Amino acid sequence: MLRLEKSTENQSEILSLFGEVDASNSVILDEAIQDLVEGGAQSIIVDGTQLDYISSAGLGVFMSYLEDFNDKGITMKICGLSPKVYEVFKILGLDQLIPIYQDRASAAAK
Amino acid sequence: MKHRLNIACQTSALSELRTFLQRSMVGVSLSEIEKHQVTLAVEEVCANLIIHSHDCNPQDYIRLEIKDSAQKLIFEISDQGEAFNILNYEAPDLKKVMVEKRKGGLGIILVKKIMDEIEFESENGTNTCRLIKWFRS
Repeated sequence: MLRLEKSTENQSEILSLFGEVDASNSVILDEAIQDLVEGGAQSIIVDGTQLDYISSAGLGVFMSYLEDFNDKGITMKICGLSPKVYEVFKILGLDQLIPIYQDRASAAAK
Repeated sequence: MKHRLNIACQTSALSELRTFLQRSMVGVSLSEIEKHQVTLAVEEVCANLIIHSHDCNPQDYIRLEIKDSAQKLIFEISDQGEAFNILNYEAPDLKKVMVEKRKGGLGIILVKKIMDEIEFESENGTNTCRLIKWFRS
């Protein structure tokens, strides 16, 4: 099960993820990010505080936007990952490509 | 100890697979982080088979068997679809995945980094992929 919530905080679009992202629902995450981009978002913070699990299907969604975001000057940050989810980002080396912060406040401050 | 699960070839079965894996690994000598990673690796292989070898046909099934010994945990994944030998696929470079915007390939990197040994065999129409995790302590 995956649930998403969107909000705006200090000119950043916050996308909060609840539950699990896998091959059955990664398209929902993809569409949510696409919507933010189409809505003109310049700064996106993905809040993973309530994210229990993410497989390569979900990680691939983040990866697929990185180049475009670089070109368009859109920033994407991820925050609040639990140690086990963060480890998965680290195994892939995604922590080198996407800025990851401990919590939403530190992501918003940078 | 042995655990068996038949998985219908639809992505909605992945969540049930994770629950099964977590339950089967209760009491096994791996840390919670390692159990999480092993769950991910097994799911990646099954998701690959469901999507690419079976076109998400829920009439098809994948069989998973978990065996453990004093030293290691073995996940045996068998199916009768088109053979997907993970050993033939080189884990792609992460930067390449990013530039080419390909959404596949990441799963293979994860499986190869998480598991200690990977075996594959195809015999009489049945493909078997064995993922092996050694206990560290």
